[in-house]
Amino acid sequence: MITVFAVFLLTLLVITAVAIVRTENLFIAVMLAAIFSLLMAANFFILDAADVALTEAAVGAGVTTVIFLSALALTASQERAKPSARMLSVGVVSVTVVVLLYATFDKPRLGDPNAPVQQHVAPWYLEQTPELIDIPNVVTAVLASFRGYDTLGEVFVVLAACIGVLFVLSAGTSGGPQPVRPETPGLRHHLIPKVVGRLLVPFIILFGLYVQFHGEYGPGGGFQAGAIIATAFILHALLEGESAGLRAIPRSALLTMAAGGAIIYAGVGILTMLLGGSFLDYSVLHSNSVKGQQYGIIAIEAGVGITVCGALLAIFHAFAAREQS
Amino acid sequence: MEVLGYYNYWVFAVLLMIGFYAVIARSNLIKKLLGLAIFQSAVFLMYITMNKVEGGTAPIIQKGVVDQIFSNPLPQVLILTAIVVGVSTTALGLAIVVRIKETYGSIEEHEIFEADLPK
Repeated sequence: MITVFAVFLLTLLVITAVAIVRTENLFIAVMLAAIFSLLMAANFFILDAADVALTEAAVGAGVTTVIFLSALALTASQERAKPSARMLSVGVVSVTVVVLLYATFDKPRLGDPNAPVQQHVAPWYLEQTPELIDIPNVVTAVLASFRGYDTLGEVFVVLAACIGVLFVLSAGTSGGPQPVRPETPGLRHHLIPKVVGRLLVPFIILFGLYVQFHGEYGPGGGFQAGAIIATAFILHALLEGESAGLRAIPRSALLTMAAGGAIIYAGVGILTMLLGGSFLDYSVLHSNSVKGQQYGIIAIEAGVGITVCGALLAIFHAFAAREQS
Repeated sequence: MEVLGYYNYWVFAVLLMIGFYAVIARSNLIKKLLGLAIFQSAVFLMYITMNKVEGGTAPIIQKGVVDQIFSNPLPQVLILTAIVVGVSTTALGLAIVVRIKETYGSIEEHEIFEADLPK
């Protein structure tokens, strides 16, 4: 039964992707991309990746769509297609698909417990997590402790991308952040979005905090929580207008959050070095090494959440506050 | 059922090439970025497909339950962070597209090339 459902969802994914590429209306394409992300999240869930499904639903279907839409508002919502070398592209793509499909027959089939990927380090993580860290969610344990270096790198990539967006979008203006357009009423005069949205914002933030602090026990953690809380503030800015959104959290606070979270993360690493351990080895944070690991994970997950939330909100405001040329 | 074991990988291959087609064949820059997002999602799907173990469940250990089979947590960690990095880099791409629109007045590749031709 679940196999039939998975095949159905995967087929829908392909149909949606074809529709995204074929439509010339960019607004429709972005909306279809949100549906694509939601279908992808459902697929991830079927494949036992609850944490990834939560991230894809919050980031792919939520934040990405809003950023694409605010970019559309500044550019164009209709594609002016020009038939150029289309047959050549179709040829290249078809040949590559055939080669890739041929290559898939060398892969272990779905769910094969003897596949090489299941034999390498994964059993070690699953065996050692209860002993060394003692938190139920192995994904969080690997993300925050065993492979904390990778995650630190990712957090700095998010920060760098945020700085890049702010640089690119502030070029061509007379230095400093642009003034906010005063005439942005948002959806304030539409009754139903206003009432429903105002009701939803606090609960979205509450859910985001739950996902943040429950990340050690269930699906969740800093990346998902940061994206969910950012979504709540984006919804608030869409309802009340851009200037009210910036009054709730000013630009300088967003930048402090984006950089501060990364500094918290790196700071925990330096603290562990000062206490005599290696970089990001949380065991030294407490006399009991398992407790120390748990404290370290809570601290760096907080840093991740703060950076992701601040960076995504700063990116959204950079697009939303820009004048249409 | 044996054949369906590869269905995820087939969808991966097809999605990858649909995204790639949008990048090389469409001239609209936002469409290219949407294509790149599909391409990226296809790679995510391949990794998450590899993490599945038959009869397994999400890798969240419950105390007192013995002999549970867990899916592989490692691909999940890699893809979880990649999704968030993906949205940040897509936003950077969109910021550049917005600047191109302001400078050239167009986001169609062929019109930008024409504007760049020496007159």
